[in-house]
Amino acid sequence: MSKIKTYEEINRKLKSGEAVVLTAEEVAKMAKEATPEEIAEKVDVVTTATFGAMCSSGAIINFGHASPPIRMEKIRLNGVPCYEGLAAVDSYIGATACDPDNPSYGGAHVIQDLLEGKDVVLEAWAKGTDCYPRKHIKTKINIETINEFVLFNPRNAYQNYNVAVNTTKRMIHTYMGTLLPNMRNATYSTSGELSPLLNDPEFRTIGIGTRIFLGGAQGFVVWPGTQFNTSKPKNEFGIPVSNAATIAVMGNLKEMSPDYIQAAYFEKYGVSLFVGIGIPIPILDADMAKRVSINNSQIETSVLDYGSPGTPKLGQVTYEELRSGFIKIDGKKVRTAPVSSLAKARKIADELKDWLLKGEFEVTKPIQIFPKNTALKGLKETEVDND
Amino acid sequence: MIKKRYILNFPPDSGDKPFSYHLVKDYDIRINILKAEVYPGKRGSLLLELQGKKENIENGVEYLRKQNIVCESLDKRIHFNEEKCIDCGNCTAVCFAGALTMNHETWKLEFDKSQCVVCELCIPACPLHLFEIDFR
Repeated sequence: MSKIKTYEEINRKLKSGEAVVLTAEEVAKMAKEATPEEIAEKVDVVTTATFGAMCSSGAIINFGHASPPIRMEKIRLNGVPCYEGLAAVDSYIGATACDPDNPSYGGAHVIQDLLEGKDVVLEAWAKGTDCYPRKHIKTKINIETINEFVLFNPRNAYQNYNVAVNTTKRMIHTYMGTLLPNMRNATYSTSGELSPLLNDPEFRTIGIGTRIFLGGAQGFVVWPGTQFNTSKPKNEFGIPVSNAATIAVMGNLKEMSPDYIQAAYFEKYGVSLFVGIGIPIPILDADMAKRVSINNSQIETSVLDYGSPGTPKLGQVTYEELRSGFIKIDGKKVRTAPVSSLAKARKIADELKDWLLKGEFEVTKPIQIFPKNTALKGLKETEVDND
Repeated sequence: MIKKRYILNFPPDSGDKPFSYHLVKDYDIRINILKAEVYPGKRGSLLLELQGKKENIENGVEYLRKQNIVCESLDKRIHFNEEKCIDCGNCTAVCFAGALTMNHETWKLEFDKSQCVVCELCIPACPLHLFEIDFR
């Protein structure tokens, strides 16, 4: 019978400086010689991390009331449209929002500009009401002038993701980067054995309320992410072999750092936001130790043809193969490239480890565990009556 | 023997001189044309790899410059804002010349400008727009 640790015990050890914290890469190496029982005995927390473009991201902003006040019914920040359906001066700016006439500057760039302390032009229009008489405002705002500035990302940190290739004769531009014709390259996205949701694939410790590293500050998992799917086929190590579960996260942007939040523009695709996320996984028992011991040779993912309708699957590869620089698809050697930053993910895992070791960060037991047996619906189109 | 890449920019009136013949014959330089854009009557640009004795290459470049051809080493024409790079790897996906690669230990980007063939695919492929190449 192996040891069972509680969250309280682990937090006590973190506070008193006795805890052993490793990154998921370090523990994967350790697991080549140690059994899960030995790892559970020695290690208290394992840090995981990712730094990739996460399109389903955005920020809640409260601008404060002007005098005379305005009930903002159309809002632009540096020309980028923001949501206007939240009371008078609340708004949500989506990372991928943009003015179609200026597609390379979007919501993600506005978030980054504010985060870096730059002035941003706020312009808003209204019909004017008895209590909010004003019809127009144009002014500069910055991170100091606004009230709340909260990152709220409905879908981040995908548990695994596909490899993208292109079998057609023309170059295509996707969120997985530029895909050369005739399968001349393959791109992949997750941080493999360091990736958060691959280290706790059954969500024993990651759930609603989990305290995480988000953009350089403490944030939280607030909900399962949109498109949360636990029904994807899994391999012998319990790892889904394509994009499966996701998390929704929240945190105070005013505490975050531009080192871990980065706007991006993908040619002929659009704007997105690189988000740095780190999740500490408490090693409660040998089962958790076994989960975090997963290594790149055991994590497989699907190779999809982004050039063909329905993105057909062409093969299945491991992250060890992807990281070697080449994969084989139908006997053809294809050059691989990452599109998310492993160097940054490692920096996040190290920083989170540092916070834990200094006793500045606690592991949190989920308030509510994620749902099981979820699947996804497509969008079924039905005929609409025209009046 | 050394090997070095240069970008050449031709003024509109220089198109009729057999300069490559002179580079080979008079300076014993092996030339490899990696990229050429010619706009007759206007201007032309060329990416050349010159291989030969260091002294001969220097003299050959001097000869070109005397013909009113702008001849600058390739690395001076490539601008990469390295400080802002997040090492995502998107540029390495398109760089078939092998100039942009990921270090397989640190997973940081490595840029060997001497391998660049000025295909310019990295310019739009970088999601942070950190590359600029001054070819034309």
